[in-house]
Parts: sequence; structure tokens; C-alpha cells
Amino acid sequence: MIALAGFTQSAVNPAGPQSAHIYHLWHLYLWICVAVWVLVIAFLIAGLTRRRPQPQTPDTKLRRSVITATAITIGILFFMLVASIQTGNALATRSFTKPVSIEITGHQWWWEVHYQFSQPDQEVVTANEIHIPVGRAVILKATSQDVIHSVWIPNLDGKIDAIPEHVNTIWLRADKPGIYRRQCAEFCGMQHAHMAMLVFAEPEPKFERWLADQRSGARSSAGAVVMRGRQIFENAPCLLCHTIRGTGAAGTTGPDLTHLASRTTLAAGTMPNTPGNLAGWITDSQRIKPGNNMPPINVPSEDLQPLLSFLESLR
Amino acid sequence: MVRSTGIMKRVTKGVLACASVLVLATLASSCKRESRTLRNEPPQRGLYDAARESTNEPGGKLPKIGMPSPAEGNAYAISQGQRLFDWYNCSGCHAQGGGGMGPPLMDRRFTYGSQPANIYDTIVRGRPNGMPTWGGRIPEFQVWQLVAYVRSLSGSEPSAATPGRSDGLEKKTRAQLQ
Amino acid sequence: MSADLLSTIDQYEIDEAAAKRDLENSWRAPGGFIGWFQEVNHKAIGLRYIVTAFIFLIAGGIEALLMRYQLAIPDHRFLNPNLYNEIFTIHGSTMMFLFAVPVMEGMGIYLVPLMIGTRNVAFPRLNAYGYYMFLFGGIFLYAGIFLNMAPDAGWFAYTPLSGPQFSPGKRLDFWAQMITFTELSALVVAIEIIVTVIKLRGPGMSLDRIPIFVWAMLVQSFMVVFAMPAVMDASGMLMMDRTIGTHFFNPAEGGDPLLWQHTFWFFGHPEVYIIFIPGTGMVAELVTVFSRRPIFGYTAIVLSIISTGFIGFGLWVHHMFATGLPQLGESFFTAASLLITIPTGVQFFCWLATMWGGRPKLTVPFWYVISFFIIFVAGGLSGVMIASVPFDIQVHDTFFIVAHFHYVLIGGAVFPLLGAIYYWFPKMTGRLQDDRLGLITCWILLIGFNLTFFPMHWLGLHGMPRRVYAYSANSGWASMNALASIGAVVIAVGGILYLVNIFRSKRDGGFSGPNPWQAGTLEWMTDSPAPRYNFLHIPIVSGREPLWERPSDEIPLVIGLRTDRREVLVTRTLEASPDHRYVLPGPTIWPFWVAVGTGIGFTGSVFNMWWFVLGGFICFVPFVGWFWPHRNINFVPKMEKPK
Repeated sequence: MIALAGFTQSAVNPAGPQSAHIYHLWHLYLWICVAVWVLVIAFLIAGLTRRRPQPQTPDTKLRRSVITATAITIGILFFMLVASIQTGNALATRSFTKPVSIEITGHQWWWEVHYQFSQPDQEVVTANEIHIPVGRAVILKATSQDVIHSVWIPNLDGKIDAIPEHVNTIWLRADKPGIYRRQCAEFCGMQHAHMAMLVFAEPEPKFERWLADQRSGARSSAGAVVMRGRQIFENAPCLLCHTIRGTGAAGTTGPDLTHLASRTTLAAGTMPNTPGNLAGWITDSQRIKPGNNMPPINVPSEDLQPLLSFLESLR
Repeated sequence: MVRSTGIMKRVTKGVLACASVLVLATLASSCKRESRTLRNEPPQRGLYDAARESTNEPGGKLPKIGMPSPAEGNAYAISQGQRLFDWYNCSGCHAQGGGGMGPPLMDRRFTYGSQPANIYDTIVRGRPNGMPTWGGRIPEFQVWQLVAYVRSLSGSEPSAATPGRSDGLEKKTRAQLQ
Repeated sequence: MSADLLSTIDQYEIDEAAAKRDLENSWRAPGGFIGWFQEVNHKAIGLRYIVTAFIFLIAGGIEALLMRYQLAIPDHRFLNPNLYNEIFTIHGSTMMFLFAVPVMEGMGIYLVPLMIGTRNVAFPRLNAYGYYMFLFGGIFLYAGIFLNMAPDAGWFAYTPLSGPQFSPGKRLDFWAQMITFTELSALVVAIEIIVTVIKLRGPGMSLDRIPIFVWAMLVQSFMVVFAMPAVMDASGMLMMDRTIGTHFFNPAEGGDPLLWQHTFWFFGHPEVYIIFIPGTGMVAELVTVFSRRPIFGYTAIVLSIISTGFIGFGLWVHHMFATGLPQLGESFFTAASLLITIPTGVQFFCWLATMWGGRPKLTVPFWYVISFFIIFVAGGLSGVMIASVPFDIQVHDTFFIVAHFHYVLIGGAVFPLLGAIYYWFPKMTGRLQDDRLGLITCWILLIGFNLTFFPMHWLGLHGMPRRVYAYSANSGWASMNALASIGAVVIAVGGILYLVNIFRSKRDGGFSGPNPWQAGTLEWMTDSPAPRYNFLHIPIVSGREPLWERPSDEIPLVIGLRTDRREVLVTRTLEASPDHRYVLPGPTIWPFWVAVGTGIGFTGSVFNMWWFVLGGFICFVPFVGWFWPHRNINFVPKMEKPK
């Protein structure tokens, strides 16, 4: 796999308020726990190596120590409980206006993305990649069409399970531009390991441009090779599962391909979106992602190049 | 010490005895039923005349022809067929096997034959009065998976390989109704 | 009470040799090949549990090594995803269902009658039946594995992935039915221990004189009684969904996938305490003996164990914090998960106090206790971290969780177990293990364990989810994964050395004598290895550490139990005052055949539900054989005066 530079996937590198709250809680807990561990082991070592006092430590003194230690433990735990509940409250507080609303539907083994707006014609449908504006709240609604998946962008927020017939909602915000990678976090079958997504946090104008691009149908190109490619696409099995708005392909069981060439990765973050990878994916998807639901398509060699040209024109 | 060594020997002997008895008693057919072929043979191009459509054979029995189905009795294949049955909208005409615009698939009366090769032909070539030609659209190995699933609807596949139900709205197969 | 009892004890002349001869005869082992299937002695059966569980531990360890090799290199193609998913499922299922619980049960079955001063468990034939159910369950699952039916939906098999549509074939049915086998076995052992501890203690062993390990097994057994039916219920519902078309977990027809999670984790969380609590009991015994003073805070420790057992049933939702349940409800489970730290903490403080007040001796078992402290405290603290909902929703289903539960399970159960086996090895075999090899083994295991699992904390925080068969090279996870894989090999080396020590010492270790550790509990009063009848005469105790309160030969004994048949003394619950004598059954083949019938019924019902009924009919004949009234088992109301 060629290195895809510039993205992060880490809970200890917060880029938004939600993950920042959790990161601060983690730091607090980490230092408390390290201190407790060091103390316990220190007492253990001391208890084993010290010279025995004569007469032996009386039970009353031991009892006092145990009671003190228990009381301190209860105090620390209570403090941690309060910190946890406060952080939970901070995560749940919603005080924002005009959030971006995205519904993410998990499938085996790709992500269907719907940007929801008040006007139906503003809706954006894509797959396996989302763009969000920096500094604006994003509401993620997670659900699933088959088994339980999990939506988790570690740099931005904790995870929420995508459960069939449930819609679970979280909100998050990116405060820094960047590319954040996320992966499915609930075992969902054969290709759970290759069910990733890139999240592009970008300035508001760039985000709006991207939305506008995604809203349009497929760019019709006049080039002969591209036209031939479109013909091949419409004669092949592809349209039984995929949609390309502006062509006759209206299948709904696979990812929407209308703007395939605008995506950075293929096969839910498995590999970079290059013509070579795309060719390999079409002709032998089972070698790259064994068990996934895309069947290998037998494209004659003279048809493969035009098909690729067509697909690469779908910006 | 001698006694504990005796116990250990008896433990080992006992464990091995029980193990061999029970392993031998389990059916070996599960190997084929449970295997999962993820990467199928390269597809054959074009349509293939898989089977005869009539049981009348003038002049005595003709030699058997037909393609063996790689998906017969295979649980993974039937499950994939179950998924594809909805994805390719077979349920649009055949409902969940009960039939609608198309004939029911849950009974054992198949107009063009119920053998895997016959059903393969039906799907790939299409049939008069409405059955579309799927050949060229559905990859070949998926057609065999659909064939196995359609046969499972009428209980013609081993019950150990047939799913009990789907994760959708209720539908009963003949296997469950028995 | 004990004073009254002591005042009625007279000195009698006893023909020791004749008594011994008679007891050896009436308690002798059934011989031959068939005799193996007729065995009902608790030590033999306990040993079978332990040996079988260790075989499954080795199997689980091999599975772990395969996984670690696959994950050592990014984008490794050693295991395809299907195989990897099967291996991690089997690894978890083997370790949890076929190793951790049975080995603790085996230690309990072996040690509890010895530690409370009786000759066998309360229901010897049921004990044998329980072992066969465990053995058949393990063989059932592994036979399925060898026949390409390995389950692959994870050891907790979330629906709808484990349901009929997304897990085709019979793999998950085998998994679900294996649970039925093993949890039935666990229930059997729980019943044995509860009744044995309540009714068969030696006279004078009132509730506040019961060894802490026995208390731990008692609490664990009560937990089993409440937790195991929950998982049998869950796996039963799953099997029904898969085979006869029910809709418990089908959201389209009114079921809910979360129902599985609730019912499974209602069992799943107490399960880990079922594994951990006997570990704390073992640690208490080892700390007592090797600090050379009675345990500090006995009452506090016992109450802590009991409250851990209770609170353990109120934590299960912390496995479901990411499922979108209401925040207020989840906070309750955060509070409960933090609460359970307190009784465990009290136990730790009491153990530390015991060491401070005593004269610790750094023997090999004590080194295992030290390792337990190092590892389990870290694991418990990472548990405190993930008890918090906000933090958990970041690290749930990542390698942080994998690190946490291996720290608490291996640190909290396996290390005490290894130390306990080293400690009780002389009692089981009459030989001593090699101390130097034992020490080296402990250190290798400690270092290997931390090398393997500590990097996983880092991996989880840096975004690596669980149950992934491959990860890409540009994720940055490669070096920590490689480190963890190297650690796995070190653990394997340590494991091999541990077994080498056992086999070599059994063959030519030094003879130990009855009490090589100068311990205080009852099992060290009798010979090593313990004779089949445990004690020549049932001892009467007047304190928590009977062998520390008076020399072995001055301990008052119960005489008058008949030696020509298998008689035990049944005592009352609170003060263990003698109540009546009871005759236990001898070796019999019927439990084996009932287990075979049950096994046939369970195995067949995976394919067709009618086999349940057929299995019941098959069991009928051996049940008749089992319960046929035996002429020799009489209830003897009066204690006979000895000659």
C-alpha cells in the first residue's frame, strides 16, 4: 500500500472540543492511576524488604492504615466519578447553531453518507469519505443496514455504534484543518479491518465548494474514449449495484459512484484512488479485500482502459 | 506418587479415548457445507446451455449432461444467494418465494426444471412471459449462489446449510413449514 | 461451642493400621480402562479438570501465537480474514469457557474438601457428570473446528452478525451449544461446592474459620448459579433464531440486537469475577502462608469477596457504553464499576498489612503473588479508567481494552493460579518442584507478559481497533505490534518451562512430606500426596489456622465414622456442629452414560431440535441406573460408640 501521508487516527491527538474533553480526562486519570500503582508497588516492596521491627507491628496500627487507605481510595474514586460525569455532560451539551447534519449508514463493508439539509435538492449522497467545515458543529447520525458497525473518529470524538433499526446521534467539531482517518470499531465480519473512511476538515469556503460539486450529477464529457467507457459501464453488471447520477445506473446496494474520482481512497479506505488500483479493484476485488460484496467483473482487456477513463472523469 | 502417575496415565488414556470416539462420530460432510470460497474461478464467458428442459427422451436414456453447481449444499453460497435475491430484486416479482408477478419458488413445481443446471439456465437465459435475461449482468458464480438459494426455498438443499430465517421481514421457507 | 466439644473428647485407643487398611480398601480407585469412566473421587476429577483445562490453555496459546504472528507485520498475508476471524473467536472462547472457568473449578473441586476436612464432595456422581460435560463440550467445539465449522463472530458473538443471515452454516450453532455444555458443567460444580462447604465441613469450622480460598470458591459458586443460566438463555435464544426462525434479535420483526448484548453481558461481567475471585482466594492463602502470620482483616476480606460478588452483577452495561444508551443510565454503571474497586482495594490493603505485620519469605509461589500485584493493579487501574463513559467511548473495541482484560485476567487469575499450583503441587503429587527453574519461569512470564500487553495500551490510544486481521504500514502501529509479538514468544517460552518443571518434578522432585511450607490449613495435615480418603480421621478445628494453633498430632479428631464404607460427617451450617453421618456412593459408570446421552441430545439439536427429546429418552436408562436405590446407602441416625 502506498503511503498516504498527512492523516492521523489517534485519540491522543485531539483536534476538536469533544476529543479534547476526553483527552483532558484521560490525562487526569493517567496521573492518578500511575500514582496509585507506584504507591501500591512501593508499599509492597517496602513490606517485603524492610527490617522487621521488634516487637511486630500491632494489629491496631495495621487496622488504622487499612482504614485510611480505604478512605483515601473512596475519595479518589468519588473524585474520578465526578470528573467523568462532568466530562460526559460537556460532551452531551449541544450549544451550537446551524450544524452540518450527516447520516452515516454502515454496510458490510463500506459507509454510505447522506448530508441532510432542510431542502431535499440540497442533499448530498456519497460514500466512504466525508468533508466537514472547520469550526462548525457536525451532527453524525449513525445507523446500519445489516450488522452492528461503529462510527469513530478518534481525533474528533468518541465512538457511537451503528445498529440496524436504531439511529444514534453524536455531535463533534473540528477546530483544526486536517485529514482524520477513522475505522469501523465494532467487529462486523470478514472485512471489518478494511472499513475505513477519511474525514477532511477544511475551511468553510472549500467545504461549500465540495458540497456544490457533490450535488451535481456526473460530468458529461465529450471525449470518445470516455463515451465508450460510459457505454461499457452501462452494459456491464455495474449498474445493478451502483448509482451514477446522470446515467442509467441507479443501483442502491453498492456505493454511489457519481463523484468517484473526487475521492482519495478506494474500497473504504483500503487503497489510494489511482487508475491502477481501480483497475485491480474492478477485475479482482476478492484478492484485495477477500470476502467483500463486490464481485470480480470480467472486463475484456480492450474495454478496461475506456472504462477507467470514464470512471476517472467522474470528479 | 505411584498412584498419581496412575491417575495421569488414566487421565490421558481417557481423554484420548473419548476424543477419538466423538470425533469419528461427527459427520464429515460439514467440510463441504461450511467451506467458504471467497475468490471464485474466473468466469466463463457467454451463456452455457446447461440442461434439458424436457424429461421426455425419445429412443431411450440419453447420457447425462449439465454443469455441476459449485454451490450445492454450501451454506455460505446459499447465504450469499439470500443476499443477492434481494439485492438484484428477484423479490420484486417472486416476493420472498411466494410469488407475485412471477411464479412461486417455494413449491417444487418448476416450469423449466428444478435441477441446479435448469435453474441456472432460467436465470442466465431468461424465459418467456417475463423472466429477464440476467446473463452478462450477474457474474456466473453469483448465479450459482442464487440457484442454490432458490432451491433452498423449496427445501431441496440440506437443512443444515439453509438459513433459518433472514434478518428482514418474516418469510417462511418450505424447510421451515415442515 | 468448641469448648463444649473439646470437653467431650476422650482418649481412645485406635488401631491406626487397621483403620488405614479399611479406608484404603473402601475408597480405592476403580481399576482398568473402564475404571477411568467410573471414577468419582474429587481429587481425581479435580485433577482431570485442571489437566484438561491446561490442554485447552495450550490450544488457546497456539491460537494466540498465530494471531500475533499475523499482526507482527503490516499487511501480512499469513492468515486470510476468514481464518483470522475464526482464530480470534476460538482463542477467546477457549480461554474463557474451556480454560479459565474450568481450571478454577478444578482447583476448587480438588482443594475444598481437603481444606474443610472432609473426604469427598457432597455429590460424587454429579461431580463426574460435570466433568464429562465439560470434556464433551470442549471436544464438541474442537471437533467442529477440525471439520471446518469454527465459529467466527468473536467470543461474544454480537447479533445480527451471529444471526442466521450473516453467519451461515452451523458454525455459530456449535459455538452456542458449546456454551450449553460448559455452563451446565459450571453449574454442577457450583452446586457441589456450595453444598459441600455448607454441609460437610469438619466439626468446629464455623463460618468465620473457613479458609479464604474456600470462601472465594463459595462466593464464586453462588455467582455461577446466577450468571450461567443467563448465558445459556442467551445462547438458547440465538440457537432458536438460527434454527427454528424465532425473532429475538431481528429488528425488522420487533426484536432487538441489543437484547443479545444485555443478556450476554449480564453473564459476561460476572463471568470475569467468577474467574478472578478464586484467584484472590489463592492469593490470600499464599500471602498468609508466606508472611508466616494469620491473614490480617479476615472479616473484611470475606465481606469484600461477598460484596464483589454482589456488585459484579450490576456492571454489565459498561460493555455497552458505545451503543447509544441514555447517559443517565450509563452513569449509574460508571458509578457501580468504580464502586467495585473498593472491596478489591480493601483486600489488597489487608494483604499488604499481612505482609507488613508478618515475616515474608520470598518463595516461588510468593513471586507469583508479587507478579499478580504488579500486573493486576495496573489492569484494575486501567479498568477504573474505562469505567468512565467519555474515556471508554474512545478506547472501546480497541487494543486498549485487549490490554486491560489481559492484565486483569492473566494478572488476576493466571498468575495466582500458577503460584497456587506450585504451592499445592506437593500435596497433589508428594514432590517438590525445582525452585530455581520456578523462579526463572516466573520472571520470564512476568517480563514476557508486560512486553506483549503493555504496548497494546499505546496501540489502542493511537486508534488501532480490535479484531482486525491486518493494518496498513502507514498507520504507525507496526513497531508496537512487533514488540507485542516478540513478547508472545517469551510468554510461550515461560509456559513451556512451567510445564517442564511440573513433569520433571513429578518424576524426580524431592519428596515433600505432609507440610513442606509449614502452612496452617487443614490439607497440610494429611499425607502428600493426599490419600484417597483425605484424612484418616476428620479433624476438629478451633481456629482459622489449625496447624499453627497446635502441633499436628495434638489436633482433636473425630472417630467412630465407619471405615468399611464411604462415610462422611455432615455438620450444621453456622457452627459446623456434627449433625449426622452420610454414606457417599462409590465408583459407578452411570454418570458417564448420562453425559453421553446429554451430549448426543445437545449435539443433535444443533441440526434438528427433535434431538433434545431423543437425548432425553437416551438419558432415561442411565438415569434409572444412577438413581436406583442401593442397599448399602442407609441413613444412620445414631453415632455408634467405638469399642
